[in-house]
Amino acid sequence: MIKLLKLLGKYKKETVLGPLLKMAEALFELFVPLVVASLIDKGIKGGLGMPHILKMSLILVLFAFLGLLFSVCAQFFAAKAATGVVKHVRLKLFDHINKLGYPEIDKLGKATMITRLTSDVNQVQNGINLGLRLLLRSPFVVFGAMIMAFFVNKELAIIFVVVIPVLAVIVFSIMLVSIPLYKKVQQKLDKVLSSTRQNLSGTRVIRAFVKEKDEEQRFKEENTSLVKMQVLVGRISQLMNPLTYVVINLAIVFLIYKGAIKVEIGIISQGALVALYNYMSQILVELIKLANLIISITRAFACGNRIQSVLDLTPSQQNGTKKEFDFTKPIVEFDNASLIYGDNVEPSIENITFSVNKGETIGIIGGTGSGKTSLINLIPRFYDTFMGSCKVYGEDVKNYDTEFLRSVISIVPQKAELFKGTIRENILWGNENATDEQIMDALNKAQALDIVKSKELGLDAPVEQYGRNFSGGQKQRLTIARALLKDSQILILDDSASALDYKTDSLLMKAIKEMEDKTVFIVSQRTSSIRHADKIVLMDDGKIQAIGTHSELLEYSPLYREIHYQQVGGEDVE
Amino acid sequence: MLNKETIKKTIKYIGKYKGFILISIILSFASVLLSLYVPILIGQAIDYIVGENNVNFSKVSFYIVQALIITGIGALLQWIFGMINNRVTYGVVKDIRETAFNKIQDLPLKYLDTHPTGETVSRIIADTDQFADGLLMGFTQFFTGIVTIIATLVFMIYLNWQVALAVVVLTPLSLVIANFIAKRTYGMFKKQSETRGEQTAYIDEIIGGLKVVKAFSYNDRAVSEFSAINDRLEKHSLKAIFFSSLTNPTTRFVNSVVYAFVAFLGSLLVPGSLTVGGLTIFLSYANQYTKPFNEISGVVAEMQNALACAQRVFDLIEEEPQKHETPVNLENVSGDIKIKNASFCYDSKKPLIQNLSLDIKKGMRVAIVGPTGCGKTTLINLLMRFYDVNEGDILIDNKSIYEITRSSLRESFGMVLQETWLYSGTIEENIKFGKDDATEEEIIAAAKAAHAHSFIKRLPKGYQTVIGEDGGSLSQGQKQLLCIARLMLKSPPMLILDEATSSIDTRTEQKIQDAFSKLLKGRTSFIVAHRLSTIKTADLILVMKDGNVIEQGTHNELINKGGFYKELYNSQFDIE
Repeated sequence: MIKLLKLLGKYKKETVLGPLLKMAEALFELFVPLVVASLIDKGIKGGLGMPHILKMSLILVLFAFLGLLFSVCAQFFAAKAATGVVKHVRLKLFDHINKLGYPEIDKLGKATMITRLTSDVNQVQNGINLGLRLLLRSPFVVFGAMIMAFFVNKELAIIFVVVIPVLAVIVFSIMLVSIPLYKKVQQKLDKVLSSTRQNLSGTRVIRAFVKEKDEEQRFKEENTSLVKMQVLVGRISQLMNPLTYVVINLAIVFLIYKGAIKVEIGIISQGALVALYNYMSQILVELIKLANLIISITRAFACGNRIQSVLDLTPSQQNGTKKEFDFTKPIVEFDNASLIYGDNVEPSIENITFSVNKGETIGIIGGTGSGKTSLINLIPRFYDTFMGSCKVYGEDVKNYDTEFLRSVISIVPQKAELFKGTIRENILWGNENATDEQIMDALNKAQALDIVKSKELGLDAPVEQYGRNFSGGQKQRLTIARALLKDSQILILDDSASALDYKTDSLLMKAIKEMEDKTVFIVSQRTSSIRHADKIVLMDDGKIQAIGTHSELLEYSPLYREIHYQQVGGEDVE
Repeated sequence: MLNKETIKKTIKYIGKYKGFILISIILSFASVLLSLYVPILIGQAIDYIVGENNVNFSKVSFYIVQALIITGIGALLQWIFGMINNRVTYGVVKDIRETAFNKIQDLPLKYLDTHPTGETVSRIIADTDQFADGLLMGFTQFFTGIVTIIATLVFMIYLNWQVALAVVVLTPLSLVIANFIAKRTYGMFKKQSETRGEQTAYIDEIIGGLKVVKAFSYNDRAVSEFSAINDRLEKHSLKAIFFSSLTNPTTRFVNSVVYAFVAFLGSLLVPGSLTVGGLTIFLSYANQYTKPFNEISGVVAEMQNALACAQRVFDLIEEEPQKHETPVNLENVSGDIKIKNASFCYDSKKPLIQNLSLDIKKGMRVAIVGPTGCGKTTLINLLMRFYDVNEGDILIDNKSIYEITRSSLRESFGMVLQETWLYSGTIEENIKFGKDDATEEEIIAAAKAAHAHSFIKRLPKGYQTVIGEDGGSLSQGQKQLLCIARLMLKSPPMLILDEATSSIDTRTEQKIQDAFSKLLKGRTSFIVAHRLSTIKTADLILVMKDGNVIEQGTHNELINKGGFYKELYNSQFDIE
C-alpha cells in the first residue's frame, strides 16, 4: 500500500492542498469554543452586552462561511487525487498483468486478477478519498483541541495529553487486527467471483447435467463463508465507537470534577470550563467520524497490499536483450529440451532434439497428452525449458527480447478465442496496419472468406465476447486468418483445424503449403494434414518416438503406420 | 425520486430481518437518548460550578456519577446495535447475491449468450459489494440520525421553546440542499457504475484470453484501449465523488449558521429564561442536532451510489426467466425422437432452420455432417432445449419436450461438447459430476473406459489432484477424456456427442471405441464428427447445409446418390 501511495506524487498539488484546506477548515472549528467562551464571559456575564454578543455571533457565521469555502476546495482536491491515483494504479496493474508470463498466469488464476483490478482498486480509491479528507483533519482536530486546552488551563490540559494516546492505541489496535482479516475477506471474494465466472462459462454443461441446484448450493456455501468473514471484521470495527465513547466521557467527567475544584479556588472561570468541555466534545465528534471511516481505510490498506503483491510479482522469465537474428543458422532447433509445468513432478516433455530449416513444414503428431502442445509452446517462449534449450536462428530463445522473438512467430492456439469487436478488429490483431485487401487475402487462405461474405456487414460484422456468435469451425478459421495476417517467419498451428471438415481442412493445408517462405509447424491428429510435411515428429509420452517423412515413418514406425491406416481405413491411394 | 422502486425492492429483502430491525431501532433509540442525556447532566453539573467559592461539590459529584453510569450503558447498547446492523446488512447482501446467482441458473441461454460474462460478474460481485457498504452506513447512521434529531428537538423545546423554534425553522434548509445534490448525483453514480461494468467486461475478456493476447503481443494495444475506458471512468468517478461530497460541507455550513443563531438568541435570553448552563446544553444540542443532518446527507449521497448499484443487480434478478414448465417428468425414456416442421432462428432477420422434420427411431446412431456453421450445434441447442423452436415441435417418445420438465429432458441426454468445461475441483469430483453417488470403483471403471485412468494415475495426487479453472495444465485431449469419463459414468438413455473426440488422437479414440460402442448400444445418439470412421457406421447420416438437412441416409446410400455428401467424403483425398 505504501508503494501505491507514492503515486500520490503525481498529484502533489491536490495531495498537499486537500488536507491543508481541511485543516484550515478544522482550525475555524477549533476557534468556535473560544468565541463562545468570550460570548458567555464577556457578553452575558461581563459588561460588554448586546454588541459583543452580536459581534461574536457574526464571527461564528464568518468562520462557517470560510470553512465551507475551504472544505469544498478540499473535497475537490481529494476526489481528484483519489480518482487520479487509482486511474494510474489500475492502468499500472493491468499493464503489469499483461506483462506476466504464462507460468505466472497459470499460478495466479484469472479470478483473482479480476478482483484485484476491480474490487480491490475501488476500495483503494474509496480509502484514498476519505483518507485525504479526514486522516489529517482528525488528528489535527484532536491535537488542536489539546493545544487549545493548554491555552485555557495548563493543568487541566494534562487530561487531554493522557486521553489522546489511549484513543490512539484503541484506533490502531483495531486497525492492526482487522487488516489481515480484510485480506481474508478479499480472498473469499475471489472465490465467489471464481464460482460465478465458472458457472457462466459452463452454463451449457451445468444445465445438461441438471446441476443447477448443486451449483446454487456451492455458491451459497462460498457466499456464506464470505459473509461470515465480513461480519467478523465488522464486529471488530464496530468496537471502536463504544470504546472511544467511554474513554472520552470518562475524561469529561474527570475534567468537570477537577475543573470544579479549580473554579472553587478561583483559578478558572465557568466559561473556561465550558470551553474545555467543548473541546473534549469535539474530539468525540471527530472520533465518531473517524470510526466510520476506519473501516474504509483499513479495507483499502488490505486491498492495496493485494494489488501490490501482484505488482511485486516479477515474471519468472527474464527478458533477453538480443534483437537480431543470425539467418545462417537453422530457424528452429531443439537441443535436449525438457519442460516441467508449475508444481508438477514429472516432465511433460523430455530430451527433445531436432532441428528445422527455414521454409520447412513440420508435422507433429502423437497421442493425447504426449506433449505436442508443450513442444511448440517452447518456440515463442511461452514456457521455459527445465533442461536443454530451444533455439531460434541458433540462439537460445531465452536470450532474445521476447517481443522481438514473438514478432516473427504467429500461432493459432488450440482453443479458438476471439474478442468482442468486429471481424476486422479481430483479424487486425495479427497486423494493425494491414489493408482490407491483406485481410481478405488472409481470410481467403484460412478458408474463412465465406464467413465474412455471409454477413451483411462483412468485415464489420460484430463478434461477441469469446466469439460466442460463431461456431467452433468458424472461430478456428478466423483465428487462423488472424495468424496468417501476421507477417511472420514461423507459423504454428496447434491442432487448430480440429473442428474443420476434411474438405475445408485440405484446402487450408494447400493454401498454407503455398506460402513457401514460411516455416510451418502443424500439430494435428490427422495424418492427412501432415502427410506432406518435410518432417513429421511422432511424440509419445513426452518423448520423440520417431522423426521422418510420411513415407519413411510408414516404413519404419509401427506406431505411425497404425495411426495412419486406422484413419484412412486402408483406403490409402498411395 | 427515480429510485423509489429500488428502495421498495431493497425493503422487500430487508423484510426478512424484521425482528432484528425492530431491536436495532429500539436500541438506537435508547442509546441516542442516553447519549443526549449525558450533556444535560454535565450541563447541570456546570450550573453548580458558578465561580470562586461558589461550587456545590456534592451536587457536581451527584451529576457526574450519573453521567458515568449512563455512558457505560449507552456504550453497551451502541455496541449491540452495531453488531445487529452488521448482521442485517451482510445478511441482506448475501440474500441478494444468492438470488442473483440462482437467477442465472434460470435465465434463458439467449440472455447469457448475448451478455458479456464480465458484466454479469460485475453485477453480482462489485455492485452488491458497493451496495453493502451503502446499506451498512445507512443502517448505522440513518436511524441514529433520525432519533437524534427528534430527541434533541423534544429536549430543546422542553428547555426553551423560542430558541427551539428558531432552530426548527432554519434546519429544513440543509435538507433541501442535501436533497438537491442527491438528486443530481444519482445519475452520476449510475454512469460510474455502468462504466465500471464496461471496464470489468473488458478486463474479464482480456484476462480470459490473456495467453492469446501475449502470443500476439497485443498487450500494448489492450493497455491503450483499457486506458481509454479507464480515463472515462476517472472522469465519471471524479464527478460522482466530488458532487456527492458537496453535501457535507454545505449542510455543515447551514448548521454552523444555526449554531451561531442559537448562540446569539440564547445569549439574549440569559439571564431571563435561560441559564449559562442551559445555554451550554443548548449549544451542545445545536451541535448534536445538526450533526445527524450532516450524517444523513452523507448517507444520502452514499445511498445514491448504493442504490445505483442495487438497481443493476435488481435488473439482472428481474430479467425474464425461462418459460414456465409443465411439471411432468419424462420417465423410462426409450429414445424415439421426432422433429416436426421445426423452424428456428437466433435473429429474426436471419432464418436458420426452416421447416425441419426428422423421425429417429430408438437406438439409432445419427451422424450429423456438413460444413462448419451449417446448424449442427443449433440442432443440439434445440434438442437439449437450450433454445426453443419458433415453430413446430420436438417429440421424445411421442411427448412434446415443451410439455415436460427441462431437468427430466436433459437428464435423459448425455452430452459431450467440443469445448470442454471442467470446474475447479478434484479429478474425481469432475468425473462424478453427472452422478453424485458414484462409488470409487465406478469412477475408476469409467475413467478406464474413457482411457483416462493412466494419465490420471500419473498426476501428483491421482484422482484427488485439484485442477484449476479451465482444467489447468491438462492438455485439451486429456480434458476431453475426462468429459467422456463423466458421460460414461452417467450413461443416460440418449447421447449427444458434438466433436467429443476432436482433440483426442485417433489411437486413443480407437481404444475407447469399444467402451463407446457399449455405451451407444440401444441408445439413441447424435454424433457430430469429422472422422469418417465414426460417420460410416452410423445408422443415419444427416447432411446439413445452411440450417437445413439436404440429404439423409446411410453412408452407402449417400455415396451412391453422388450428392453433396460424396463431394465432402472425397475431399479428404483432394490434396493432390
